[in-house]
Amino acid sequence: MASHGIKDRVAIVGMGCTAFGERFDTGLDDLLVDASNQAFTAAGTDKDAVDAYWFGTAQSGMSGITLARPLQLDNKPVTRVENYCATGSEALRQAAYAVASGAYDVAMAVGGEKVKDSGYAGLNAFPVPNDGTGRTLTAAAMFSMVAPAYAQKYGVDEDELKKVLARIAWKNHANGAKNPRAQFRREMSMETICASPRVAGALGILDCAGVADGAAAAIVVRAEDAHRYTDRPLYVKALSFVAGNGSGLTDPTYDYTHFPEVEASVQDAYAQAGVTDPRHELAMAEVHDCFTPTELVLMEDLGFSARGTAWKDIQAGAFDLDGDLPVNPDGGLKSFGHPVGASGLRMLFECWLQLRGDAPEARRVGNDRNLALTHNLGGYPGEMVSFVSIVGRELS
Amino acid sequence: MPFRRLDRSEITATFGSGGGKGSRAVASYDQDTTTLGAEAARLAIRSAGAPAVDSLYFATADPAYLDKTNATAIHAALRLHRSGIALDVGGAVRSGVGGLRIALDGAGTTLVVSADVRTGLPTSPDESAGGDAGAAVLVGDPSAGPVIAEYLGAGAATDEFLDRWRTPGDRRSKVWEERFGETKYVPLGLEAWESALEASLLEAASVDRVIVAGTHGRAVNAFTKKLGLDAAAIVDNLATTVGNPGTAQAGLLLAATLESATPGEVIALVSLADGADVLLFRVTDEITEYRAARTVAEQIASGGPLPYGKFLSWRQMVTVEPPRRPEPARVSASAAGRSEDWKFGFVGSRDRSTGSLHLPPARVGSGGSLDDMEPAPMADVAGTIVTFTIDRLAYSPSPPIVFAVVDFDGGGRFPVEMTDVDAAEVRIGDRVEMTFRRLFTADGIHDYFWKARPVRTAADTNEEN
Repeated sequence: MASHGIKDRVAIVGMGCTAFGERFDTGLDDLLVDASNQAFTAAGTDKDAVDAYWFGTAQSGMSGITLARPLQLDNKPVTRVENYCATGSEALRQAAYAVASGAYDVAMAVGGEKVKDSGYAGLNAFPVPNDGTGRTLTAAAMFSMVAPAYAQKYGVDEDELKKVLARIAWKNHANGAKNPRAQFRREMSMETICASPRVAGALGILDCAGVADGAAAAIVVRAEDAHRYTDRPLYVKALSFVAGNGSGLTDPTYDYTHFPEVEASVQDAYAQAGVTDPRHELAMAEVHDCFTPTELVLMEDLGFSARGTAWKDIQAGAFDLDGDLPVNPDGGLKSFGHPVGASGLRMLFECWLQLRGDAPEARRVGNDRNLALTHNLGGYPGEMVSFVSIVGRELS
Repeated sequence: MPFRRLDRSEITATFGSGGGKGSRAVASYDQDTTTLGAEAARLAIRSAGAPAVDSLYFATADPAYLDKTNATAIHAALRLHRSGIALDVGGAVRSGVGGLRIALDGAGTTLVVSADVRTGLPTSPDESAGGDAGAAVLVGDPSAGPVIAEYLGAGAATDEFLDRWRTPGDRRSKVWEERFGETKYVPLGLEAWESALEASLLEAASVDRVIVAGTHGRAVNAFTKKLGLDAAAIVDNLATTVGNPGTAQAGLLLAATLESATPGEVIALVSLADGADVLLFRVTDEITEYRAARTVAEQIASGGPLPYGKFLSWRQMVTVEPPRRPEPARVSASAAGRSEDWKFGFVGSRDRSTGSLHLPPARVGSGGSLDDMEPAPMADVAGTIVTFTIDRLAYSPSPPIVFAVVDFDGGGRFPVEMTDVDAAEVRIGDRVEMTFRRLFTADGIHDYFWKARPVRTAADTNEEN
């Protein structure tokens, strides 16, 4: 019984990502076609050359037909996957494993979500018939409980912590302002962020990720075939995934200052990739900044900061574009919004740009390390799924 | 009693008319007659030392459901035995005291529950004079537990006349000209009074305390005067603190009277509603040992204010902008049926091998056990707030949602919505207790489940169950 991983057995040879935003004039089909075609072009291939597809969407459609119809795929196996907000990452994980297994030569992960057709603010879960005893809270409210718990545990003054959280939003907006694909391309001042209207607990509207439509795609092949498609492939070093069992909600020892599912998944990923000092081995990380306290805690769960110190590292600029370890150089969920099926692949798309040197000068990370990490979670503190990938530009 | 109070002067200040002195009790947006009745019944059962109950009657003039029995939800919340009967004796105010009479004349141990949510159009006398409350009286012989008041006899008088009425679907009652009702009620009351005394072999002079319930205020006053009793014998009707809870008024005033009763006292309970009913009781020596789980007086003292605007919105007299979130889907009957003990009784499961508590109940334990759980009833266990948040975005019939992570005394944690609370007053470490509520209604289906509320009475604050 072991998690062996598939280090260096699979390569990503083409990616695509649409602009994210309130795409009221663009349907899911268009988003999927656009993201897929970008990926085909990048890999110099076409839809017929892809042997199997994994399509991630949380609730914009059902079955593989939701992708097969707009792309007009001919007799291809297309699997629709859903795993909360890590749905896009799950599509990649399945596609990569399918190639690593030898079942297919070429596989593609496509993720997309049409969120803005609901007519409501925020994300809304598709209701499964139930007994009416479940929680009806928003994700914002569940994650808002992290901030006071963290402040209390580490003796951080709540006003001080508010500034730390605002700095996370400030940093991600500053990065997103330099990204033409981002939903929000405007810098936000610390004052504006701190003064934004409250949504849940101490969280203001600018502590929350946006809500957007979007799609992204990745083509994966056997590592040894990679150079037939591109001279700058990314090799998959680690893919890990943990589905929590919800025990955090009812376990009296859980204190809302860390996410055990994230700790478990990242340990697995670091073991697969052989990473021991992530803060200095990774060129960059894309993490699931659905709310500012989430990114704060993730810095510690992912091992970028020691327990109880992330708030200081954030203030010191350790995760800024020119910091020790740039986090969310593309602007994160904060600037992109969160089309659930697409977000995990959007994170990978930034790794694709940065590690290949294709990121625009204005937001290029200031180091020449070879590895990048994506972290994508879904659910709430106490009950979440967590995905981590590590990709690199060199075979080891 | 519900937690909220409406200061009647707010009505006058808003509309320039209506209102009056004092305040009235107001059922929360998440309470209906079924949940008020269930809460009263929980208190009665606890006060009586949790005897076995054979039958449950539930009376209300404002039933949450028609066609479907409402008493079954109370039966489920109390986790009464399924071989017992649970039925509604409802529709009219008289059914409150009527249910009690049937139980007193019957056999076995019967829980008589009554509840009402009273309202009327803004500025109406019903709006200000009404009150919301639930009451529960446990009727049985000494085999079920100590009898604190012995039933001596009853009298009744019945007549068909139009005093007040409401057709199904209407949100307010209408009343005929007051004088007409008064001319009917006073003689009917006296008739029933005489026949109750006769049945009990008592003289009027031996009655120590008289409760006169009725929605016709003028008739109640006129009848009371006619009795010619000492003013001290007339039980205060709580009009300035609770208001008149209609169907539940007789039960509420009986409970309040017994809280200060002494052995040997004779209590007359009179109800003027579509006729008259008089029930006579003698307080026994057991009253000296009796302690109500929560007294009416304590509940009156621990209410919190409710702005008139909220009152109007809760009573659906005005419609306020809802949160821009989808409304919840209707509850699945079969899913709710499977989880009856959890949903209605707040019963989790406890792992026999590790002692860990699972809320909701589970088959597989966190320590790896399989099907080795015992039921863990948690409705009467208090807890402490570990952390909390205010959700200003989530759907609620009355936003914002206050949500707390609660650690229960003796172990176990559950994240749960709070109620009867002002968002600004919640603190980590606050003590809470569970309360049975109606979360929302979709497709006409009421979603009943439990919430946490602050423990407010001093006696309960330090209680560690």
